[in-house]
Amino acid sequence: MQSWVPLAPESASTMSWKVDAIYFYLSGVTLFFTLLISAILIFFVIRYRRRTPYEIPRPIAGSHKLETLWTVIPFLIAMTIFGWSAKVYFEQYSPPQNAMEVYVVGKQWMWKIQHSTGQREINELHVPVGKKIKLIMTTEDVIHDFFVPAFRMKADVVPGKYTTEWFEATKTGTYHLFCAEYCGMNHSGMIGSVVVMESREFDNWLSGNTNNTTPAVAGQQLFQTLGCVSCHGANGEGGRGPTLAGLFGRQTMLAGGQTVRADEAYIRESILNPQAKLVEGFGPIMPTFQGQISEDQLMQILAFIKSLQVTNPVQATAANGQPTVTGASQPRPSQK
Amino acid sequence: MKEFEAFDLPQPSKVNYINAQYGLKSWLLTKDHKRIALLYLGSITFFFFIGGLYAMMIRLELLTPQGDLLQSTTYNKVFTQHGIIMVFFFLIPSIPATLGNFLVPMMIGAKDLAFPRINLLSWYIYMAGGLITIYALLAGGVDTGWTFYTPFSTTFSNSYVVAAGLGIFINGFSSILTGLNFIVTIHTMRAPGMTWFRLPLFIWSHYATSLVMILGTPVIAITVLLLAFERVARVGIFDPALGGDPILFQHLFWFYSHPAVYIMVLPSMGVVSELIANFSRKNIFGYKFVAFSSLAIAVFGFLVWGHHLFVASQSVYAGMIFSFLSFAVAIPSAIKVFNWTATLYKSSISFDTPMLYALGFIGLFTVGGMTGLFLAAVAVDVHLSDTYFIVAHFHYIMVGGALMGYLGGLHYWWPKISGRMYPEGWGRFSALVIFVGFNLTFLPQFVAGYLGMPRRYHAYPPEFQVFNVLSSAGASILGFGMLIPAIYFVWSMRYGKVAESNPWHLPGLEWRTQSPPPTENFEATPIVTWEAYEFAPPEETQVVGKFAGELETA
Repeated sequence: MQSWVPLAPESASTMSWKVDAIYFYLSGVTLFFTLLISAILIFFVIRYRRRTPYEIPRPIAGSHKLETLWTVIPFLIAMTIFGWSAKVYFEQYSPPQNAMEVYVVGKQWMWKIQHSTGQREINELHVPVGKKIKLIMTTEDVIHDFFVPAFRMKADVVPGKYTTEWFEATKTGTYHLFCAEYCGMNHSGMIGSVVVMESREFDNWLSGNTNNTTPAVAGQQLFQTLGCVSCHGANGEGGRGPTLAGLFGRQTMLAGGQTVRADEAYIRESILNPQAKLVEGFGPIMPTFQGQISEDQLMQILAFIKSLQVTNPVQATAANGQPTVTGASQPRPSQK
Repeated sequence: MKEFEAFDLPQPSKVNYINAQYGLKSWLLTKDHKRIALLYLGSITFFFFIGGLYAMMIRLELLTPQGDLLQSTTYNKVFTQHGIIMVFFFLIPSIPATLGNFLVPMMIGAKDLAFPRINLLSWYIYMAGGLITIYALLAGGVDTGWTFYTPFSTTFSNSYVVAAGLGIFINGFSSILTGLNFIVTIHTMRAPGMTWFRLPLFIWSHYATSLVMILGTPVIAITVLLLAFERVARVGIFDPALGGDPILFQHLFWFYSHPAVYIMVLPSMGVVSELIANFSRKNIFGYKFVAFSSLAIAVFGFLVWGHHLFVASQSVYAGMIFSFLSFAVAIPSAIKVFNWTATLYKSSISFDTPMLYALGFIGLFTVGGMTGLFLAAVAVDVHLSDTYFIVAHFHYIMVGGALMGYLGGLHYWWPKISGRMYPEGWGRFSALVIFVGFNLTFLPQFVAGYLGMPRRYHAYPPEFQVFNVLSSAGASILGFGMLIPAIYFVWSMRYGKVAESNPWHLPGLEWRTQSPPPTENFEATPIVTWEAYEFAPPEETQVVGKFAGELETA
């Protein structure tokens, strides 16, 4: 917990300083007003202490000028804080397009993490320094929260949907990972660490764990065994069901004329509750997979669908175990 | 020179509301708002004591980083129950049900509240809710946190969630009835001449509080009911596995529970307005601004619940709107602080215990309010949310604000309530001890939270220990400070100096009747011809030298 500012947490992400700057501004404003009020109170209390038991001071009704002053000035100061922090908040929750994706599943009381290259970790997350990392997160049971104080970043992990969180670490080291949303008996044990490494070291670390199947390949196998291929085609080329190749990130026309962006939340919903948003021109024939596949498997199928491109679908993932990011994958932080 | 005591103090009569009737039945079936206030006073003190014991257990456990004193399941129940008891059974009823019940009719010159039977009913409902909650604690306890977040509470928790929820559900009706009673009373039972802008600010703040009670409490009742429904009947409302939405619960819960913060702090602001004016012998600076800021807080308070969901996967745009509104709701509170401070200008300040609490309130509430801005600032909240910073912030509001006001008010009106004076020296001493203990407990938690210590942690990384040790040390001083008034209030009921009708020499209506008051409050319906806090008649332009009359100083 060292930092160049006393009593401040370590700063290790591009967001840390932006958050701290607002924090220091707020601390300054707070200190100023608290000291101002205290100083005035103390001065008045001493200056106007009761000197004789029977004195009655002259009444003062009030002053519209003063009231306006101490309504408008605090409001203006508040608005500077609001505008500044809203801007940073927007950055915090808008994951960049070219980020490296990592899947996170919370579970009472551990963090299960899988890299898009297939490496799995529990309660530890290894990431390279200076690279944008996007976490796609959900949970198997209750609400958790993925909190890394050194990155000034947290987001709830909510059952039944995907939430995202992103950061870019600026300093190598090992940092606390806390579950920040109370999740039952061993809540305080649901902790771990984020290990930020130099890119070269990170590549070594990755290659030390090569015998893993990438989520996209695992997803492809599930796609076969669960029978998705019979309607969507082996490479997502479509058939009785809509085409999946190139789907991710695109606007899709729904029955009834609405369009929806095919992001993580939409694909998740369409697997678990296919009838919710039917694609234009297709009947409600797909069975629900609610309760039949785990959150891990769902994320693997998602990774497979993301990897499907119109031209060379499977090759993209099989060759080097690195799925190609397709289209503009920038889901909005709030997913319906 | 006008006489300050423009009214004749009634000759102290031997008969008052306390000794008018004897026996348990005369208390349990009373319709006298003052006796009901005492019933509430006894019961909330009981619940405060239980909540305080839980707080002590928390602070003892957190003395060391390891979870060594309690098991994690026990610890989770302890902090949950600390929250449930303190919020629902102490803080929410504290000032309205005791001081409000006692004083709302007296301050407006009425004989009682508009619905005396409903008032008694509200106490019975409160007790029923409280006893069911106590049953839940004794049977095995609750471990969901006082916030009952789903799906943990509906599907995963193996504890007495439904029983505790039922207790809260039932208790809510006592809140609603109290609020209803106050609103009708303030509208219809003001004494002749007691116009709206002659009302003491205590009444304005209780009016605003009552609005929140009536409009907000049904929502928590519905929410808890839905929660129980899902838990028992497995109807999918909040649990996604059943087709529900867990975030819906958070919206519903905070739609009540954020305004509930104003149920706790608005009455306290009302008390502080009384204390500041009366102990500086000065009318409140900007009376109307202070009065209307209470209403503004009550109304805006309903529009900011989403700031509890900044990191809960709420949309970014919703987050920004709730952030803006949260900054807006801070302004009326700031207006109050500035007006209280300005009231002291060229006043005549005494340092009796209640005034010490009022001055402490202004300082602590300023810190509590300003740190609220950190959490309204979305980007900073992302880091601070669910850490000890939040714990520190809301304790500054609820303990530094609500509780300080309550204690100040209790001291101030104690002569009227009990007919006895509390020992002034001990009062000042304990106020100081409480102030120091409180700050030592909660200031370090701001730092621990900023450094990243999450709340509701049974064990924590060792680097946070120093802040927890400071906090636990402060808590023991705070606990000691709280015991002193508990002892001397009880002591004073028998041995305290007999109080005069108007021991502080004040113009308010409640001081124009004997101490303790007779059952019907006033010998005759008072006719109000003066403004609120009118120490000197309006035409007086000079500082008045002396009270006329034969008053002795307290």
